[in-house]
Amino acid sequence: MDIYLLEAILNGILLGGVLALLALGLNLIFGVIDVVWIAYADLVMCGMYLIYYLYAEFNWPFLLACVAAIAFVGVLGILVHVMIIAPILGTAPINQLLATGGLLFFLQSFATLLFGTDFRNIGVRLPIIRFDSIYISSARLLAFTVAVAGAVALYFFLKRTFVGTAIRAIAQDRDIVGLMGVDQRHIYLVTSAIGGALAGLAACLLILQYDVHPFIGNTFGPLIFMICVLGGLGDMIGGFVAAFLMSQIIAIGGYYFSTELSYVFAFTFFIVLMFLRPHGVLSR
Amino acid sequence: MLSLAGISAGYGSFQVLFDVSLEVPRGEAVGVIGPNGAGKTTLMRVISGLVQLQTGGISLEGRRIERLPPHRIVEQGIAHVPENRRLFSRLSVEDNLRIGAYMPRARQDCAKQLERVYDLFSRLKDRRQQLAGTLSGGEQQMCAIGRALMSNPKLLLMDEPSAGLAPLVVAQVFDLVHRIRSDGLTVLIVEQNVQQVLDVVDRAYLLEVGKIKLAGTSAELKGNDFIRKSYMGL
Repeated sequence: MDIYLLEAILNGILLGGVLALLALGLNLIFGVIDVVWIAYADLVMCGMYLIYYLYAEFNWPFLLACVAAIAFVGVLGILVHVMIIAPILGTAPINQLLATGGLLFFLQSFATLLFGTDFRNIGVRLPIIRFDSIYISSARLLAFTVAVAGAVALYFFLKRTFVGTAIRAIAQDRDIVGLMGVDQRHIYLVTSAIGGALAGLAACLLILQYDVHPFIGNTFGPLIFMICVLGGLGDMIGGFVAAFLMSQIIAIGGYYFSTELSYVFAFTFFIVLMFLRPHGVLSR
Repeated sequence: MLSLAGISAGYGSFQVLFDVSLEVPRGEAVGVIGPNGAGKTTLMRVISGLVQLQTGGISLEGRRIERLPPHRIVEQGIAHVPENRRLFSRLSVEDNLRIGAYMPRARQDCAKQLERVYDLFSRLKDRRQQLAGTLSGGEQQMCAIGRALMSNPKLLLMDEPSAGLAPLVVAQVFDLVHRIRSDGLTVLIVEQNVQQVLDVVDRAYLLEVGKIKLAGTSAELKGNDFIRKSYMGL
C-alpha cells in the first residue's frame, strides 16, 4: 500500500478520537436530557482559553491547567443546565435550540470582547514520531489515546455505578425513574457536568494542536453535530463509529484531492446517508 | 399503614379522582377493582407522587407524604410496580433490578436484595445478563416486581400485574402476590381481573368513574350481587 495513504488513514483515526469524545458528550446530554447543546464546541473554546492563560500567562504546569480546565468546563456545563435549560425544559424543543444557539453567539462575542480576535498558541511543540517513513504528530497520538481512555472511563462509569445505570435508564424512560428512587434533577446535573467535563478534556487535547481564537468552535462544531446525527442522535456507540467514518473520509479525501474538497465529500456523504439511514448508521 | 383521605386529582382541568378515601392496614393485601378509565392507575400515581393531588391528604404510618416528589416517597418505603411494567428494555435484567436499589440506604444491601429476588424468581437469575426487552411477558412482570422489591419496601403498589399475560402466567403472578404477602409485606393492588384478585386480597374497594362505590372484605364483595353481576359475569 502507498505509504502516504497509510499515513493519511492513521491520521484520520487519530483525528477521529477527539471528534468521538465530543460526539459522546453531546450524545450523552441529548440522550438523557433530550436537549442539544448548540454551543457545545464553544464550551471547548472556553476551556482552551483557560488553559492558554493558566499555562502561557500564569505559568501553571500544563497538567494542572488541564485539570482546572476540565473542572471549569464541567461547572460551565452545570451552569448551562441550571441557567438556560432547566427553566425551559418542559417547553417546545425549538426553545432549547434557540437558547443554546444564543449561548453560542454570547460566548463567541464575549470571548472576542475579552481576548480579541488574535490566534493564541501555548507554544508547546510535541515531537513528530517517525515509524519507518510514516510521520505521525505525537500531539495527535496523545489526543487519540487520551480521548479513547476518556471514552472507556465513561463506559465503565455508565456500566458499573448506580448513577451510571440511572443515566442509562433515564435515557430510556424518563417519567418513571422517580419510582426507583432516582432524582431526575440530580441526574440531569451530573450528566451536564460530565458533558462539560468531556468538552474540557477535548480542550486540553485540542490546545496542543490548534491555536485558540473566539471562533474556533465553528471549525469543528458543525462536524460534531453531523457526526451525532450520522450516528443517530443519542446513540453513543453510533456516534463513536460515525466519528471515525467522517474522519477517514476527511483524511483520505485530503490525501487524494485536497482538504477543502474532502469536507465537500464528508458533507455529501452525510446528506446521502441521511436519506439511506435517517436514524443513524447503526440503526436497525 | 397507608391512609388516603378525600383525595381529588386529575390532569390539568380533567378531574379523574373525586374525594377518594381508603385505608391499607399493615400486613394486609388490599385490592382496588373497577373498569377501565375508573381512575385506578391515577390513584396509584397519586400515591407515589407521579401525579399531584388537588385536595386531600396521604399519610404513611402517620407521616404526611402527599407533597413529596416520587424519589422521596420511595425512601419512605413505598415501591410501585407501574402499569405495563415499564422495564428499561435496553438494559440487562440485572441492571433493571439494581436500579431498584438506587437510593442510598438500599445500595449497601443491593447484593443481599438481589439474592432475595433471585430466590423468588430463579428464571431471572438464569437471564440476568439478557436485555429486559427480550424477556417473555410473565418474566417481565417478575422483573418489574423484583425491581420494586429491591428497595426493600414496606408497602408494595401493584398496578394491573395481570394485564396482557396468558391465563397460566396470570395464575403464577397471583400466586406470587400470595408469597410476597406471607413475607409480611403490605400490598395495594389494582386489578381488572376481579375474580382472581379477590382470592388474594383481604379487602377491596370498587372504584367507578373516580369515586369509591363499594368497600368491604373480599368475602363480602364476592357475595355482593352488584359485583357478581357486573364484574364476574355470574
